Amino acid sequence: MKNSASHTKLSTKNLCIGYADKTVASGINLNIKSGELIAVIGTNGSGKSTLLKTIIGELEAKSGEVFLENEKIQQFSAKSIAEKISIVLTETHFSKNLSVEELVALGRHPYTNWLGILTEDDKKAIKNALALIDLTDKAKRKCSSLSDGQLQKVMLARALAQDTSLIILDEPTTHLDLYHKVFVLKLLKQLTKETQKAIVFASHEINLALQLCDQIILVNKGEVIQETPEKLIEDGHLEKLFPKNLIQFDAETKNFKVV
Amino acid sequence: MKKVATYLLLGIILLLIALLINVSLGSVSIPLKDVIKSFFNQEVSNDTWRYIILEYRLPKAFTAILVGSGLALSGLLMQTLFRNPLAGPYVLGLSSGASLGVALVIMGSSFFGGIAAGLFLSKWTLVIASSLGSFLVLLAVLGTSFKIKDTMALLIIGLMFASLTSAVVSVLSYFSPSQQLQQYIFWSFGSLGNLSWTELSLLFLFWCCGILLSIFCIKNLNALLLGEKYAKSLGTNLKQNRFFVILATSLLAGSITAFAGPIAFIGLAVPHLVRQIIPKNNHLFLMPSVLTGGAILMLFCDSISQIPGSELTLPINAITSIIGAPVVIWLLVRKKKLIF
Repeated sequence: MKNSASHTKLSTKNLCIGYADKTVASGINLNIKSGELIAVIGTNGSGKSTLLKTIIGELEAKSGEVFLENEKIQQFSAKSIAEKISIVLTETHFSKNLSVEELVALGRHPYTNWLGILTEDDKKAIKNALALIDLTDKAKRKCSSLSDGQLQKVMLARALAQDTSLIILDEPTTHLDLYHKVFVLKLLKQLTKETQKAIVFASHEINLALQLCDQIILVNKGEVIQETPEKLIEDGHLEKLFPKNLIQFDAETKNFKVV
Repeated sequence: MKKVATYLLLGIILLLIALLINVSLGSVSIPLKDVIKSFFNQEVSNDTWRYIILEYRLPKAFTAILVGSGLALSGLLMQTLFRNPLAGPYVLGLSSGASLGVALVIMGSSFFGGIAAGLFLSKWTLVIASSLGSFLVLLAVLGTSFKIKDTMALLIIGLMFASLTSAVVSVLSYFSPSQQLQQYIFWSFGSLGNLSWTELSLLFLFWCCGILLSIFCIKNLNALLLGEKYAKSLGTNLKQNRFFVILATSLLAGSITAFAGPIAFIGLAVPHLVRQIIPKNNHLFLMPSVLTGGAILMLFCDSISQIPGSELTLPINAITSIIGAPVVIWLLVRKKKLIF
Protein backbone atom coordinates (compact mmCIF):
# COMPACT_ATOMS: atom_id res chain seq x y z
CA MET A 1 0.00 0.00 0.00
CA LYS A 2 1.96 2.96 -1.24
CA ASN A 3 -0.71 5.53 -0.33
CA SER A 4 -1.57 6.47 3.21
CA ALA A 5 -5.26 6.47 4.12
CA SER A 6 -5.38 10.25 4.40
CA HIS A 7 -3.79 10.93 0.98
CA THR A 8 -5.93 13.31 -1.07
CA LYS A 9 -6.68 11.91 -4.53
CA LEU A 10 -8.89 14.65 -5.87
CA SER A 11 -10.04 18.00 -4.57
CA THR A 12 -11.87 21.06 -5.85
CA LYS A 13 -11.55 24.71 -4.90
CA ASN A 14 -14.44 27.13 -5.38
CA LEU A 15 -15.60 25.04 -8.33
CA CYS A 16 -18.57 26.37 -10.29
CA ILE A 17 -20.33 23.86 -12.54
CA GLY A 18 -22.97 24.23 -15.23
CA TYR A 19 -23.55 24.83 -18.92
CA ALA A 20 -22.94 27.85 -21.13
CA ASP A 21 -26.02 29.77 -20.05
CA LYS A 22 -26.80 28.07 -16.74
CA THR A 23 -24.95 27.67 -13.44
CA VAL A 24 -25.90 24.41 -11.69
CA ALA A 25 -23.89 24.80 -8.49
CA SER A 26 -21.04 26.98 -7.26
CA GLY A 27 -18.55 27.32 -4.40
CA ILE A 28 -17.86 23.58 -4.45
CA ASN A 29 -14.98 22.47 -2.21
CA LEU A 30 -14.49 18.71 -2.23
CA ASN A 31 -11.77 16.52 -0.78
CA ILE A 32 -11.65 12.89 -1.91
CA LYS A 33 -9.15 10.70 -0.05
CA SER A 34 -7.85 7.22 -0.79
CA GLY A 35 -9.61 4.31 0.84
CA GLU A 36 -12.95 6.16 0.99
CA LEU A 37 -16.31 5.24 -0.49
CA ILE A 38 -18.18 8.41 -1.34
CA ALA A 39 -21.74 8.74 -2.67
CA VAL A 40 -23.01 11.75 -4.60
CA ILE A 41 -26.70 12.11 -3.80
CA GLY A 42 -29.41 14.58 -4.74
CA THR A 43 -32.77 14.87 -6.43
CA ASN A 44 -33.33 14.35 -10.16
CA GLY A 45 -31.75 17.18 -12.12
CA SER A 46 -29.90 18.55 -9.09
CA GLY A 47 -26.53 18.31 -10.86
CA LYS A 48 -24.95 15.05 -9.67
CA SER A 49 -23.95 13.99 -13.16
CA THR A 50 -22.86 17.53 -14.06
CA LEU A 51 -20.55 17.48 -11.04
CA LEU A 52 -19.05 14.10 -11.98
CA LYS A 53 -18.71 15.10 -15.65
CA THR A 54 -16.84 18.25 -14.61
CA ILE A 55 -14.52 16.30 -12.33
CA ILE A 56 -13.59 13.82 -15.05
CA GLY A 57 -13.09 16.60 -17.58
CA GLU A 58 -16.03 15.80 -19.87
CA LEU A 59 -17.48 19.24 -19.06
CA GLU A 60 -15.47 22.37 -18.57
CA ALA A 61 -15.75 24.07 -15.17
CA LYS A 62 -17.34 27.52 -15.29
CA SER A 63 -14.80 28.71 -12.72
CA GLY A 64 -12.68 27.36 -9.87
CA GLU A 65 -10.16 24.51 -9.93
CA VAL A 66 -10.01 20.72 -9.89
CA PHE A 67 -6.84 19.25 -8.37
CA LEU A 68 -5.68 15.72 -9.09
CA GLU A 69 -3.20 14.56 -6.44
CA ASN A 70 -2.76 18.21 -5.41
CA GLU A 71 -1.90 19.42 -8.92
CA LYS A 72 -4.19 21.26 -11.32
CA ILE A 73 -5.90 18.70 -13.54
CA GLN A 74 -5.14 20.76 -16.68
CA GLN A 75 -1.45 19.97 -16.20
CA PHE A 76 -2.07 16.28 -16.89
CA SER A 77 -2.25 14.76 -20.36
CA ALA A 78 -5.29 12.65 -21.31
CA LYS A 79 -3.11 9.55 -20.91
CA SER A 80 -1.90 10.49 -17.41
CA ILE A 81 -5.48 11.22 -16.33
CA ALA A 82 -6.45 7.78 -17.67
CA GLU A 83 -3.77 6.30 -15.42
CA LYS A 84 -5.28 8.04 -12.39
CA ILE A 85 -9.06 8.14 -12.92
CA SER A 86 -11.26 5.37 -14.32
CA ILE A 87 -14.98 5.66 -14.92
CA VAL A 88 -18.00 3.40 -15.06
CA LEU A 89 -20.98 4.88 -16.89
CA THR A 90 -24.66 3.99 -17.09
CA GLU A 91 -24.55 3.71 -20.88
CA THR A 92 -24.15 0.27 -22.42
CA HIS A 93 -23.31 1.19 -26.02
CA PHE A 94 -20.20 -0.98 -26.01
CA SER A 95 -19.79 -3.99 -28.30
CA LYS A 96 -21.66 -6.95 -26.82
CA ASN A 97 -19.63 -9.22 -29.08
CA LEU A 98 -16.64 -8.68 -26.76
CA SER A 99 -15.84 -11.47 -24.34
CA VAL A 100 -15.60 -10.53 -20.65
CA GLU A 101 -11.84 -10.96 -20.80
CA GLU A 102 -11.49 -8.80 -23.93
CA LEU A 103 -13.57 -6.03 -22.39
CA VAL A 104 -11.63 -6.04 -19.12
CA ALA A 105 -8.36 -6.08 -21.13
CA LEU A 106 -9.35 -2.75 -22.70
CA GLY A 107 -8.83 -1.24 -19.24
CA ARG A 108 -5.08 -1.66 -19.86
CA HIS A 109 -5.28 0.74 -22.84
CA PRO A 110 -3.28 3.58 -21.18
CA TYR A 111 -0.37 1.23 -20.45
CA THR A 112 -0.06 -0.80 -23.67
CA ASN A 113 2.21 -0.01 -26.65
CA TRP A 114 1.06 1.65 -29.90
CA LEU A 115 -0.48 -1.60 -31.16
CA GLY A 116 -2.21 -2.31 -27.85
CA ILE A 117 -0.27 -5.55 -27.23
CA LEU A 118 -0.66 -6.86 -23.68
CA THR A 119 2.48 -7.55 -21.63
CA GLU A 120 2.73 -10.16 -18.86
CA ASP A 121 2.05 -7.37 -16.32
CA ASP A 122 -1.10 -6.39 -18.20
CA LYS A 123 -2.31 -9.99 -18.27
CA LYS A 124 -1.67 -10.25 -14.53
CA ALA A 125 -3.65 -7.06 -13.86
CA ILE A 126 -6.58 -8.40 -15.94
CA LYS A 127 -6.50 -11.69 -14.08
CA ASN A 128 -6.45 -9.90 -10.72
CA ALA A 129 -9.33 -7.61 -11.69
CA LEU A 130 -11.43 -10.60 -12.80
CA ALA A 131 -10.63 -12.43 -9.57
CA LEU A 132 -11.45 -9.41 -7.35
CA ILE A 133 -14.93 -9.13 -8.88
CA ASP A 134 -15.37 -12.91 -8.94
CA LEU A 135 -15.62 -13.13 -12.73
CA THR A 136 -12.80 -15.59 -13.45
CA ASP A 137 -15.21 -18.36 -14.45
CA LYS A 138 -17.03 -16.03 -16.87
CA ALA A 139 -13.87 -14.68 -18.56
CA LYS A 140 -14.55 -16.39 -21.92
CA ARG A 141 -18.28 -15.60 -22.03
CA LYS A 142 -19.61 -13.05 -24.50
CA CYS A 143 -21.05 -9.87 -22.95
CA SER A 144 -24.25 -10.50 -24.93
CA SER A 145 -24.97 -13.51 -22.70
CA LEU A 146 -24.73 -11.58 -19.42
CA SER A 147 -27.42 -9.93 -17.30
CA ASP A 148 -27.40 -6.19 -16.48
CA GLY A 149 -26.00 -6.88 -13.04
CA GLN A 150 -23.22 -9.05 -14.43
CA LEU A 151 -22.39 -6.41 -17.06
CA GLN A 152 -22.10 -3.84 -14.28
CA LYS A 153 -19.59 -6.10 -12.56
CA VAL A 154 -17.64 -6.53 -15.83
CA MET A 155 -17.41 -2.75 -16.27
CA LEU A 156 -16.21 -2.46 -12.70
CA ALA A 157 -13.56 -5.12 -13.37
CA ARG A 158 -12.48 -3.11 -16.42
CA ALA A 159 -12.09 0.00 -14.22
CA LEU A 160 -10.03 -2.07 -11.76
CA ALA A 161 -7.80 -3.38 -14.56
CA GLN A 162 -7.14 0.27 -15.44
CA ASP A 163 -5.43 0.36 -12.03
CA THR A 164 -6.27 3.94 -11.08
CA SER A 165 -6.32 5.32 -7.56
CA LEU A 166 -9.74 6.90 -8.16
CA ILE A 167 -12.82 5.24 -9.67
CA ILE A 168 -15.88 7.31 -10.54
CA LEU A 169 -19.20 5.57 -11.20
CA ASP A 170 -22.38 7.13 -12.53
CA GLU A 171 -25.40 5.42 -10.94
CA PRO A 172 -23.89 1.93 -10.76
CA THR A 173 -27.05 0.43 -9.26
CA THR A 174 -29.56 1.51 -11.92
CA HIS A 175 -31.56 -1.43 -13.36
CA LEU A 176 -30.56 -3.69 -10.44
CA ASP A 177 -32.89 -5.30 -7.91
CA LEU A 178 -32.45 -4.49 -4.23
CA TYR A 179 -30.27 -7.52 -3.55
CA HIS A 180 -27.87 -6.72 -6.39
CA LYS A 181 -27.85 -3.03 -5.45
CA VAL A 182 -26.58 -3.97 -2.00
CA PHE A 183 -24.21 -6.51 -3.58
CA VAL A 184 -22.58 -3.91 -5.87
CA LEU A 185 -22.33 -1.24 -3.15
CA LYS A 186 -20.85 -3.68 -0.60
CA LEU A 187 -18.39 -4.77 -3.27
CA LEU A 188 -17.35 -1.12 -3.79
CA LYS A 189 -16.97 -0.72 -0.02
CA GLN A 190 -14.84 -3.85 0.19
CA LEU A 191 -12.66 -2.63 -2.71
CA THR A 192 -11.93 0.70 -1.03
CA LYS A 193 -10.73 -1.14 2.07
CA GLU A 194 -8.77 -3.85 0.23
CA THR A 195 -7.13 -1.71 -2.44
CA GLN A 196 -7.11 1.74 -0.79
CA LYS A 197 -8.69 3.15 -3.94
CA ALA A 198 -11.05 6.11 -3.61
CA ILE A 199 -14.46 5.31 -5.13
CA VAL A 200 -17.04 8.02 -5.88
CA PHE A 201 -20.47 7.11 -7.21
CA ALA A 202 -23.64 9.02 -8.03
CA SER A 203 -26.73 7.29 -6.70
CA HIS A 204 -30.41 7.57 -5.87
CA GLU A 205 -30.02 4.90 -3.17
CA ILE A 206 -29.80 7.38 -0.29
CA ASN A 207 -30.77 4.82 2.38
CA LEU A 208 -28.03 2.42 1.28
CA ALA A 209 -25.47 5.20 0.81
CA LEU A 210 -26.04 6.42 4.38
CA GLN A 211 -25.35 2.93 5.70
CA LEU A 212 -22.31 2.08 3.57
CA CYS A 213 -20.40 5.24 2.65
CA ASP A 214 -17.59 7.00 4.47
CA GLN A 215 -18.57 10.37 3.03
CA ILE A 216 -21.60 11.80 1.25
CA ILE A 217 -21.60 14.61 -1.30
CA LEU A 218 -25.07 16.16 -1.23
CA VAL A 219 -26.08 18.21 -4.28
CA ASN A 220 -29.19 20.25 -3.60
CA LYS A 221 -30.55 23.53 -5.00
CA GLY A 222 -27.21 24.84 -6.26
CA GLU A 223 -25.38 23.92 -3.06
CA VAL A 224 -22.85 21.09 -2.67
CA ILE A 225 -21.94 19.75 0.80
CA GLN A 226 -19.45 17.00 1.62
CA GLU A 227 -19.88 15.41 5.05
CA THR A 228 -19.92 12.07 6.82
CA PRO A 229 -23.38 10.46 6.83
CA GLU A 230 -23.70 11.05 10.59
CA LYS A 231 -22.90 14.77 10.34
CA LEU A 232 -25.26 15.17 7.38
CA ILE A 233 -28.12 13.68 9.41
CA GLU A 234 -27.17 15.66 12.53
CA ASP A 235 -27.21 18.95 10.63
CA GLY A 236 -30.64 18.13 9.21
CA HIS A 237 -29.61 18.45 5.54
CA LEU A 238 -31.56 15.38 4.47
CA GLU A 239 -34.86 16.74 5.80
CA LYS A 240 -34.56 19.57 3.27
CA LEU A 241 -33.86 17.31 0.30
CA PHE A 242 -37.42 16.51 -0.87
CA PRO A 243 -40.72 18.42 -0.58
CA LYS A 244 -42.39 17.21 2.64
CA ASN A 245 -45.80 16.37 1.19
CA LEU A 246 -44.85 12.79 0.19
CA ILE A 247 -41.75 11.62 2.08
CA GLN A 248 -39.88 12.69 5.15
CA PHE A 249 -36.51 11.75 6.57
CA ASP A 250 -36.58 10.02 9.95
CA ALA A 251 -33.28 10.82 11.67
CA GLU A 252 -33.73 8.05 14.24
CA THR A 253 -34.02 5.17 11.78
CA LYS A 254 -31.81 6.97 9.17
CA ASN A 255 -34.51 6.25 6.60
CA PHE A 256 -36.91 8.08 4.32
CA LYS A 257 -40.54 7.25 5.09
CA VAL A 258 -43.73 7.79 3.11
CA VAL A 259 -45.98 10.30 4.83
CA MET B 1 -4.15 -16.65 -30.15
CA LYS B 2 -3.21 -20.02 -31.67
CA LYS B 3 -6.74 -20.33 -33.02
CA VAL B 4 -6.48 -16.94 -34.73
CA ALA B 5 -3.09 -17.86 -36.24
CA THR B 6 -4.63 -21.08 -37.60
CA TYR B 7 -7.54 -19.16 -39.12
CA LEU B 8 -5.16 -16.66 -40.69
CA LEU B 9 -2.95 -19.37 -42.15
CA LEU B 10 -6.04 -21.09 -43.49
CA GLY B 11 -7.18 -17.76 -44.95
CA ILE B 12 -3.89 -17.22 -46.75
CA ILE B 13 -3.97 -20.77 -48.21
CA LEU B 14 -7.57 -20.15 -49.36
CA LEU B 15 -6.50 -16.84 -50.88
CA LEU B 16 -3.75 -18.55 -52.90
CA ILE B 17 -6.18 -21.22 -54.09
CA ALA B 18 -8.75 -18.55 -55.03
CA LEU B 19 -6.02 -16.66 -56.91
CA LEU B 20 -5.03 -19.77 -58.86
CA ILE B 21 -8.62 -20.62 -59.73
CA ASN B 22 -9.35 -17.03 -60.71
CA VAL B 23 -6.36 -16.84 -63.04
CA SER B 24 -6.98 -20.23 -64.66
CA LEU B 25 -10.66 -19.49 -65.43
CA GLY B 26 -11.85 -17.39 -68.35
CA SER B 27 -13.05 -17.48 -71.93
CA VAL B 28 -9.81 -19.26 -72.94
CA SER B 29 -9.23 -22.33 -70.81
CA ILE B 30 -5.62 -22.64 -69.66
CA PRO B 31 -4.36 -25.73 -67.78
CA LEU B 32 -3.49 -25.11 -64.12
CA LYS B 33 0.02 -26.45 -64.76
CA ASP B 34 0.70 -23.68 -67.29
CA VAL B 35 -0.80 -21.05 -65.01
CA ILE B 36 1.63 -22.00 -62.22
CA LYS B 37 4.53 -22.12 -64.69
CA SER B 38 3.82 -18.61 -65.93
CA PHE B 39 3.75 -17.37 -62.31
CA PHE B 40 7.34 -18.55 -61.90
CA ASN B 41 8.39 -17.19 -65.29
CA GLN B 42 8.94 -20.71 -66.71
CA GLU B 43 8.24 -21.72 -70.29
CA VAL B 44 4.56 -22.13 -71.06
CA SER B 45 3.32 -24.45 -73.85
CA ASN B 46 1.50 -21.59 -75.59
CA ASP B 47 2.82 -18.01 -75.78
CA THR B 48 -0.68 -16.55 -76.10
CA TRP B 49 -1.62 -18.17 -72.80
CA ARG B 50 1.36 -16.57 -71.14
CA TYR B 51 0.34 -13.19 -72.56
CA ILE B 52 -3.26 -13.63 -71.42
CA ILE B 53 -2.14 -14.57 -67.92
CA LEU B 54 0.51 -11.89 -67.41
CA GLU B 55 -1.16 -9.00 -69.20
CA TYR B 56 -4.83 -9.63 -68.57
CA ARG B 57 -5.72 -12.16 -65.90
CA LEU B 58 -3.01 -11.46 -63.32
CA PRO B 59 -3.59 -7.67 -63.19
CA LYS B 60 -7.30 -8.41 -62.94
CA ALA B 61 -6.77 -10.88 -60.08
CA PHE B 62 -4.49 -8.46 -58.25
CA THR B 63 -7.06 -5.71 -58.75
CA ALA B 64 -9.67 -8.03 -57.23
CA ILE B 65 -7.39 -8.62 -54.23
CA LEU B 66 -6.75 -4.90 -53.68
CA VAL B 67 -10.40 -3.96 -54.24
CA GLY B 68 -11.81 -6.73 -52.03
CA SER B 69 -9.37 -6.27 -49.17
CA GLY B 70 -9.46 -2.46 -49.31
CA LEU B 71 -13.25 -2.23 -49.33
CA ALA B 72 -13.62 -4.84 -46.58
CA LEU B 73 -11.14 -2.97 -44.37
CA SER B 74 -12.89 0.35 -45.04
CA GLY B 75 -16.14 -1.29 -43.96
CA LEU B 76 -14.58 -2.52 -40.73
CA LEU B 77 -13.15 0.95 -40.00
CA MET B 78 -16.50 2.64 -40.56
CA GLN B 79 -18.43 0.05 -38.52
CA THR B 80 -16.10 0.51 -35.56
CA LEU B 81 -15.90 4.29 -35.86
CA PHE B 82 -19.68 4.71 -36.02
CA ARG B 83 -20.45 1.73 -33.76
CA ASN B 84 -23.03 0.86 -36.38
CA PRO B 85 -23.40 -2.53 -38.10
CA LEU B 86 -24.96 -0.89 -41.18
CA ALA B 87 -21.96 1.31 -41.90
CA GLY B 88 -19.84 0.52 -44.95
CA PRO B 89 -17.03 2.14 -46.92
CA TYR B 90 -19.44 4.38 -48.78
CA VAL B 91 -21.35 5.60 -45.75
CA LEU B 92 -19.68 9.02 -45.90
CA GLY B 93 -20.87 9.58 -49.45
CA LEU B 94 -17.56 8.75 -51.14
CA SER B 95 -19.07 6.65 -53.92
CA SER B 96 -21.79 9.22 -54.50
CA GLY B 97 -19.10 11.87 -54.85
CA ALA B 98 -17.25 9.66 -57.32
CA SER B 99 -20.50 8.94 -59.19
CA LEU B 100 -21.23 12.64 -59.43
CA GLY B 101 -17.76 13.32 -60.81
CA VAL B 102 -18.13 10.61 -63.45
CA ALA B 103 -21.73 11.56 -64.25
CA LEU B 104 -20.68 15.17 -64.78
CA VAL B 105 -17.97 14.11 -67.23
CA ILE B 106 -20.05 11.57 -69.15
CA MET B 107 -23.49 13.09 -69.08
CA GLY B 108 -22.55 16.70 -68.47
CA SER B 109 -21.01 16.85 -71.94
CA SER B 110 -24.49 17.18 -73.40
CA PHE B 111 -24.95 20.31 -71.29
CA PHE B 112 -21.53 21.84 -71.73
CA GLY B 113 -21.32 21.20 -75.43
CA GLY B 114 -18.33 19.70 -77.12
CA ILE B 115 -15.66 20.77 -74.59
CA ALA B 116 -15.87 17.59 -72.54
CA ALA B 117 -17.23 15.45 -75.34
CA GLY B 118 -13.81 14.55 -76.64
CA LEU B 119 -12.46 13.85 -73.20
CA PHE B 120 -14.98 11.49 -71.67
CA LEU B 121 -13.86 8.52 -73.68
CA SER B 122 -10.48 8.46 -71.95
CA LYS B 123 -10.35 6.21 -68.91
CA TRP B 124 -8.00 8.54 -67.09
CA THR B 125 -10.63 11.27 -67.34
CA LEU B 126 -13.07 9.02 -65.51
CA VAL B 127 -10.45 8.16 -62.88
CA ILE B 128 -9.66 11.83 -62.31
CA ALA B 129 -13.32 12.84 -62.26
CA SER B 130 -14.15 10.07 -59.83
CA SER B 131 -11.19 10.91 -57.56
CA LEU B 132 -12.09 14.60 -57.61
CA GLY B 133 -15.69 13.79 -56.73
CA SER B 134 -14.65 11.55 -53.82
CA PHE B 135 -12.03 14.05 -52.71
CA LEU B 136 -14.49 16.94 -52.59
CA VAL B 137 -16.99 14.91 -50.58
CA LEU B 138 -14.14 13.81 -48.30
CA LEU B 139 -13.09 17.43 -47.77
CA ALA B 140 -16.64 18.38 -46.88
CA VAL B 141 -16.96 15.45 -44.44
CA LEU B 142 -13.55 16.06 -42.86
CA GLY B 143 -14.32 19.77 -42.49
CA THR B 144 -17.59 18.87 -40.79
CA SER B 145 -15.90 16.27 -38.58
CA PHE B 146 -13.79 19.01 -36.98
CA LYS B 147 -16.85 21.08 -36.15
CA ILE B 148 -19.14 18.29 -35.01
CA LYS B 149 -18.68 16.46 -31.73
CA ASP B 150 -21.27 13.76 -32.29
CA THR B 151 -20.16 10.88 -34.52
CA MET B 152 -23.77 9.88 -35.26
CA ALA B 153 -24.48 13.38 -36.61
CA LEU B 154 -21.47 12.93 -38.89
CA LEU B 155 -22.94 9.64 -40.15
CA ILE B 156 -26.21 11.37 -41.02
CA ILE B 157 -24.37 14.25 -42.71
CA GLY B 158 -22.50 11.64 -44.81
CA LEU B 159 -25.82 10.10 -45.82
CA MET B 160 -27.19 13.55 -46.69
CA PHE B 161 -24.16 14.25 -48.92
CA ALA B 162 -24.88 10.92 -50.61
CA SER B 163 -28.56 11.82 -51.17
CA LEU B 164 -27.66 15.23 -52.50
CA THR B 165 -25.11 13.95 -55.02
CA SER B 166 -27.44 11.09 -56.08
CA ALA B 167 -30.16 13.64 -56.74
CA VAL B 168 -27.85 15.67 -58.99
CA VAL B 169 -26.89 12.45 -60.82
CA SER B 170 -30.61 11.65 -61.30
CA VAL B 171 -31.24 15.08 -62.81
CA LEU B 172 -28.26 14.64 -65.14
CA SER B 173 -29.46 11.15 -66.12
CA TYR B 174 -32.95 12.43 -66.86
CA PHE B 175 -31.71 14.93 -69.41
CA SER B 176 -28.98 12.77 -70.94
CA PRO B 177 -29.08 11.05 -74.34
CA SER B 178 -29.36 7.27 -74.09
CA GLN B 179 -25.81 6.61 -75.32
CA GLN B 180 -24.24 8.66 -72.53
CA LEU B 181 -26.63 7.27 -69.97
CA GLN B 182 -25.58 3.78 -71.02
CA GLN B 183 -21.91 4.68 -70.65
CA TYR B 184 -22.54 5.98 -67.14
CA ILE B 185 -24.48 2.83 -66.23
CA PHE B 186 -21.60 0.67 -67.47
CA TRP B 187 -19.23 2.58 -65.19
CA SER B 188 -21.60 2.07 -62.26
CA PHE B 189 -21.54 -1.72 -62.85
CA GLY B 190 -17.94 -1.71 -61.66
CA SER B 191 -15.09 -3.42 -63.44
CA LEU B 192 -11.89 -5.12 -62.34
CA GLY B 193 -10.51 -5.92 -65.75
CA ASN B 194 -9.52 -2.54 -67.10
CA LEU B 195 -6.36 -1.84 -65.14
CA SER B 196 -2.90 -1.88 -66.66
CA TRP B 197 0.14 -2.66 -64.52
CA THR B 198 0.85 1.11 -64.20
CA GLU B 199 -2.67 1.84 -62.98
CA LEU B 200 -2.48 -1.15 -60.69
CA SER B 201 0.75 0.18 -59.14
CA LEU B 202 -0.93 3.52 -58.49
CA LEU B 203 -3.90 1.79 -56.84
CA PHE B 204 -1.45 -0.30 -54.79
CA LEU B 205 0.26 2.87 -53.57
CA PHE B 206 -3.03 4.32 -52.28
CA TRP B 207 -3.93 0.91 -50.80
CA CYS B 208 -0.61 0.81 -48.88
CA CYS B 209 -1.14 4.33 -47.50
CA GLY B 210 -4.65 3.37 -46.36
CA ILE B 211 -3.44 0.15 -44.73
CA LEU B 212 -0.53 1.90 -42.96
CA LEU B 213 -2.83 4.57 -41.56
CA SER B 214 -5.27 1.88 -40.39
CA ILE B 215 -2.48 0.02 -38.59
CA PHE B 216 -1.70 3.18 -36.61
CA CYS B 217 -5.38 3.36 -35.61
CA ILE B 218 -5.61 -0.25 -34.31
CA LYS B 219 -5.20 0.57 -30.61
CA ASN B 220 -7.73 3.40 -30.63
CA LEU B 221 -10.21 1.40 -32.72
CA ASN B 222 -10.14 -1.23 -29.99
CA ALA B 223 -10.90 1.44 -27.39
CA LEU B 224 -13.83 2.60 -29.54
CA LEU B 225 -15.47 -0.81 -29.07
CA LEU B 226 -16.38 0.52 -25.62
CA GLY B 227 -18.07 3.62 -27.07
CA GLU B 228 -16.69 7.14 -27.38
CA LYS B 229 -17.03 8.16 -23.74
CA TYR B 230 -15.08 5.20 -22.44
CA ALA B 231 -12.51 5.56 -25.23
CA LYS B 232 -11.96 9.17 -24.17
CA SER B 233 -11.61 8.15 -20.52
CA LEU B 234 -8.87 5.73 -21.59
CA GLY B 235 -6.84 8.62 -22.99
CA THR B 236 -7.87 8.35 -26.67
CA ASN B 237 -7.78 11.56 -28.69
CA LEU B 238 -11.18 11.11 -30.36
CA LYS B 239 -10.93 13.91 -32.93
CA GLN B 240 -7.47 12.91 -34.12
CA ASN B 241 -8.45 9.26 -34.31
CA ARG B 242 -11.62 10.08 -36.24
CA PHE B 243 -9.59 12.14 -38.72
CA PHE B 244 -7.12 9.31 -39.37
CA VAL B 245 -9.83 6.66 -39.71
CA ILE B 246 -11.81 8.78 -42.19
CA LEU B 247 -8.63 9.58 -44.12
CA ALA B 248 -7.67 5.88 -44.32
CA THR B 249 -11.17 4.95 -45.52
CA SER B 250 -11.17 7.71 -48.09
CA LEU B 251 -7.79 6.68 -49.46
CA LEU B 252 -8.89 3.06 -49.76
CA ALA B 253 -12.51 3.41 -50.90
CA GLY B 254 -11.86 6.58 -52.92
CA SER B 255 -9.00 5.13 -54.98
CA ILE B 256 -10.82 1.82 -55.48
CA THR B 257 -13.97 3.57 -56.74
CA ALA B 258 -11.86 5.73 -59.03
CA PHE B 259 -10.24 2.70 -60.70
CA ALA B 260 -12.89 -0.02 -60.45
CA GLY B 261 -16.16 1.87 -60.07
CA PRO B 262 -18.52 1.61 -57.12
CA ILE B 263 -18.58 -1.96 -55.82
CA ALA B 264 -21.33 -2.72 -53.35
CA PHE B 265 -21.72 -5.29 -50.59
CA ILE B 266 -18.09 -6.33 -49.93
CA GLY B 267 -17.35 -3.51 -47.49
CA LEU B 268 -20.56 -3.92 -45.54
CA ALA B 269 -20.68 -7.70 -45.40
CA VAL B 270 -17.12 -9.01 -45.10
CA PRO B 271 -16.55 -7.63 -41.57
CA HIS B 272 -19.77 -9.37 -40.45
CA LEU B 273 -18.79 -12.62 -42.15
CA VAL B 274 -15.35 -12.52 -40.54
CA ARG B 275 -16.78 -11.75 -37.09
CA GLN B 276 -18.93 -14.89 -37.40
CA ILE B 277 -15.81 -16.97 -37.97
CA ILE B 278 -12.98 -15.30 -36.03
CA PRO B 279 -13.57 -15.36 -32.26
CA LYS B 280 -11.57 -12.17 -31.54
CA ASN B 281 -12.64 -8.51 -31.56
CA ASN B 282 -9.16 -7.05 -31.30
CA HIS B 283 -8.48 -5.13 -34.52
CA LEU B 284 -4.95 -6.46 -34.51
CA PHE B 285 -6.47 -9.83 -35.50
CA LEU B 286 -9.64 -8.54 -37.17
CA MET B 287 -7.79 -6.37 -39.69
CA PRO B 288 -5.68 -9.11 -41.34
CA SER B 289 -8.70 -11.43 -41.25
CA VAL B 290 -10.95 -8.87 -42.92
CA LEU B 291 -8.27 -8.06 -45.53
CA THR B 292 -7.89 -11.75 -46.40
CA GLY B 293 -11.66 -12.39 -46.30
CA GLY B 294 -12.38 -9.44 -48.61
CA ALA B 295 -9.73 -10.52 -51.11
CA ILE B 296 -10.99 -14.14 -51.17
CA LEU B 297 -14.64 -13.12 -51.64
CA MET B 298 -13.77 -10.67 -54.39
CA LEU B 299 -11.66 -13.26 -56.27
CA PHE B 300 -14.49 -15.75 -55.89
CA CYS B 301 -17.11 -13.29 -57.18
CA ASP B 302 -14.85 -12.32 -60.08
CA SER B 303 -14.30 -15.99 -61.02
CA ILE B 304 -18.06 -16.44 -61.23
CA SER B 305 -18.67 -13.17 -63.10
CA GLN B 306 -16.48 -14.22 -66.02
CA ILE B 307 -18.62 -17.36 -66.59
CA PRO B 308 -16.02 -20.07 -67.29
CA GLY B 309 -15.91 -21.23 -70.90
CA SER B 310 -17.98 -18.30 -72.14
CA GLU B 311 -16.99 -14.93 -73.52
CA LEU B 312 -19.63 -13.20 -71.41
CA THR B 313 -18.66 -11.25 -68.30
CA LEU B 314 -21.35 -10.24 -65.85
CA PRO B 315 -21.17 -6.92 -63.98
CA ILE B 316 -19.06 -7.50 -60.87
CA ASN B 317 -21.15 -5.06 -58.81
CA ALA B 318 -24.21 -7.30 -59.25
CA ILE B 319 -22.31 -10.54 -58.64
CA THR B 320 -20.91 -9.40 -55.27
CA SER B 321 -24.44 -8.86 -53.97
CA ILE B 322 -26.03 -11.91 -55.65
CA ILE B 323 -23.39 -14.23 -54.22
CA GLY B 324 -22.69 -12.48 -50.96
CA ALA B 325 -26.09 -11.40 -49.65
CA PRO B 326 -27.55 -14.93 -49.33
CA VAL B 327 -24.38 -16.02 -47.49
CA VAL B 328 -24.79 -13.26 -44.91
CA ILE B 329 -28.52 -13.95 -44.57
CA TRP B 330 -27.80 -17.65 -44.07
CA LEU B 331 -25.14 -16.95 -41.46
CA LEU B 332 -27.34 -14.56 -39.52
CA VAL B 333 -30.37 -16.86 -39.64
CA ARG B 334 -28.20 -19.72 -38.42
CA LYS B 335 -26.85 -17.63 -35.52
CA LYS B 336 -30.36 -16.21 -34.92
CA LYS B 337 -29.11 -12.72 -34.05
CA LEU B 338 -26.49 -10.19 -34.96
CA ILE B 339 -24.25 -9.43 -32.03
CA PHE B 340 -22.36 -6.26 -32.72
